[in-house]
Amino acid sequence: MSIAVRPPAPLSLARLGLRAGLIAAMAALAAFPLLNMLPADNALHVSDFLVSVTGKWICYAILALSLDLAWGYAGILSLGHGAFFALGGYAMGMHLMRLIGPRGVYGHPVLPDFMVFLGYRELPWYWLGFDHFAFALLMIVLVPGLLAFLLGFLCFRSRITGVYLSIITQAMTYALMLAFFRNDMGFGGNNGFTDFKELLGMPLNTSGARASLFYASLIALVGCYLLCRWITGTKYGRVLTAIRDAESRVRFLGYSVTSHKLFAFVLSAMMAGLAGALYVPQVGIINPGEFSPSNSIEAVIWVAVGGRGTLVGALLGAFTVNGLKTWLTSAAPDLWLFVLGGLFVAVTLFLPRGLIGLLQKVQK
Amino acid sequence: MKRIALLFLLLTLALPARAQDTFVAALPGLGGNFSSQVEAAERLGTLGDPRAIPALRALSDGRLLRRADGSLVIREANTLTDAATGAPVQPDSAELARININNRVRVALRGALGRLQLVSPDPAERLAAAEAVFRTRSAENIPLLEAAVARERLSHIRDRMALALAASRTVSNDAEAKRAGIAALGASSSPDARAVLLEARAQNADLTGEIDAAVAAIDTRLAIRRGVETAFQGLSLGSVLLLAALGLAVTFGVMGVINMAHGEFVMLGAYTTYAVQELCRGTPWLLPWALPLSVPAAFLVAAACGATLERGLIRHLYGRPLETLLMTFGVGMMIQQAVRLAFGAQNREVLSPVWMQGTLLLPLDIPVTQNRVWILCFSLVVLLLVVAAIRFTRFGLEMRAVTQRRPVAAAMGIRTGRVDSLTFAFGSGIAGIAGVALSQIDNVSPNLGTGYIIDSFLVVVFGGVGSLAGALIGAFGLGIINKVMEPWVGAVLAKVVVLVAIMLFIQRRPRGLFAQKGRAAEA
Repeated sequence: MSIAVRPPAPLSLARLGLRAGLIAAMAALAAFPLLNMLPADNALHVSDFLVSVTGKWICYAILALSLDLAWGYAGILSLGHGAFFALGGYAMGMHLMRLIGPRGVYGHPVLPDFMVFLGYRELPWYWLGFDHFAFALLMIVLVPGLLAFLLGFLCFRSRITGVYLSIITQAMTYALMLAFFRNDMGFGGNNGFTDFKELLGMPLNTSGARASLFYASLIALVGCYLLCRWITGTKYGRVLTAIRDAESRVRFLGYSVTSHKLFAFVLSAMMAGLAGALYVPQVGIINPGEFSPSNSIEAVIWVAVGGRGTLVGALLGAFTVNGLKTWLTSAAPDLWLFVLGGLFVAVTLFLPRGLIGLLQKVQK
Repeated sequence: MKRIALLFLLLTLALPARAQDTFVAALPGLGGNFSSQVEAAERLGTLGDPRAIPALRALSDGRLLRRADGSLVIREANTLTDAATGAPVQPDSAELARININNRVRVALRGALGRLQLVSPDPAERLAAAEAVFRTRSAENIPLLEAAVARERLSHIRDRMALALAASRTVSNDAEAKRAGIAALGASSSPDARAVLLEARAQNADLTGEIDAAVAAIDTRLAIRRGVETAFQGLSLGSVLLLAALGLAVTFGVMGVINMAHGEFVMLGAYTTYAVQELCRGTPWLLPWALPLSVPAAFLVAAACGATLERGLIRHLYGRPLETLLMTFGVGMMIQQAVRLAFGAQNREVLSPVWMQGTLLLPLDIPVTQNRVWILCFSLVVLLLVVAAIRFTRFGLEMRAVTQRRPVAAAMGIRTGRVDSLTFAFGSGIAGIAGVALSQIDNVSPNLGTGYIIDSFLVVVFGGVGSLAGALIGAFGLGIINKVMEPWVGAVLAKVVVLVAIMLFIQRRPRGLFAQKGRAAEA
């Protein structure tokens, strides 16, 4: 279970290389929407598909980053991070639904289509305020954060750790999935939200909007990464790592394990919510399937493949596994689940420190 | 003396003869004009002679034909029978005339048939007629119903007829009959009777006291019935949870190994049942035994997979529960996909043997499906077998020794690695057996197991890790709580509430209902 605590290494060549690689990768990503605008016959042209797919991956990378903060640093293996992601997505979806206004199929000035269809007379109270972007933005981080706070408070206080915590988080996302599948919840039932029109005054189906969302996601990714980097480097981060490796020892040293873990968990959930919110306008749909436990556990495997407790590893893992998935699900759809399952086995048995660990070993 | 005997004989002979006479006498009216048809239909209806049914039915279907001499003939698919005697008639062609009816006749026919069916030889028809008479309820049916109740042999039909009789009495003009009807309805436990009573209450201001008492009596009985039904549903869900969680209680509870592929072992058990059934199709006499045969087969298949998984993979991850969790999840994913490729993604049909089909009626008319009762018993038997295996066998002893103090057990010469494999295979095998039971009530599809895995983990956590008694109480407790709450908040919200309740419960008792004490608890 324990991972050797690495001393804050001096700026070695390897770390320098990693950092340079990271910056180069981010710069390359940033160039994607620009290259997309080149004429299609240009050698450097990046297709629409690639831009939208990488935009999705960036959101996944933020989710992976948030999970790495919780699992890699605080030792909280959450199998329900997909729920926070989906909640953020739903909050954004509600905002986008309100922005459709009278342009829906039924042309109702206030109610979204599915509510007209289900015979709602007026907007449910929990939909109020979502027509304002600022309010929606607040909810995007607040709702997942609040859920994480409640769950974390109950669990960490009674010292539920390890596998038990994982099962409970999984049960949470499962229960939410069942709940969101219901029509009478007021969240569109199993169809969820779709047919979005615009965000912040720009129509969503233009390449300009795609590029803007892409950059917003990229900025969020870099911001989250720097935030995590900074947090894990502080004294708080050190204590967090110590809790991961020897929880009772840290408790006996007088630290409040509960509040340390709670902070990390809530922050992580907020980041996941943000990722979901950026994801939804890019894919144009959100439905209860996002809550399915397998989504959450897939996110865990991104982190595990990249190398947990490294932050960079989470990014690397998210891009690698999702790249593999996009390629395989079209090239050999039957094979994908075997590969994914195999990744779980291979990473846990042979690569406990993931691709980053492998890179470090090779460099040595 | 001789004379008296003769008289008696004559009387006994004469009674049916007279009935036959009236039947035969009324019958030709069906061949007359519309008014005489209506009259004849009503007379046949009140006669209560089941032999009139085919003729009436034939007339309404346009299969009743008139011969030149005025006698009536029924046309079946391609035979002709005499309507009065039921004897076959030679098709002597041209003289047969079709008899026309109009709507008035049709209504009369329907009424007559409805009443006559009360004495029909077919039990299903009699039951349906009792239902129909109950719904229409009119005072003129009372004598007919009384006669029908008196001659009815099947108790459930008789009950239904008695209810129809009581309902008919509530609309009669005789106050005594009304009272009797209300009392009889009040003694039943049928929601329909309750509706009839409420209707009667609006029309009989003088009888409100009796009616209210009767309604209250029905309500009490209905409440008891609902309670028993809910309890049974809860027990049934609990038995399913118990089966799914028992294997987990062994692998997770006793060994501390978290196996997310447990649900897939359950699924493998269900597919083994399907495979055994398909194998048995070749030999028809074996087919009813396919399900019992599946139990050991499923155990062996799942146990073999479990042993392979433990030897090949899990062994390397002992002491790293989170990694084990992820790894077994991946294995589960691969098993699922393999089954999907091998058997297809659609549901497979597993037949229930005849002795498991149908419903059982408990007292108060509470219906319970047979297969659920079987599964309930089966789960308890499996639990007892598991307890016995752990308690009384050499393997169980070694298993307990290794759980309690691994190094000491090893020092005593127990091959702990082998015990680990066997224990894991044992737990997986139980999952396979659970799959056999689930194949009877759930869709056999590749993702059969995923629906149960979370619930079974909750059962184990709630009941207390490492305790079979905890698994028992946890499973039935969660099952009953779920079903009790379902009518109030719906199935989904009930699940959510249970989940929240478990989390709050863990606040108070972090180690579950039946916490382990002593050294093992500190591990």
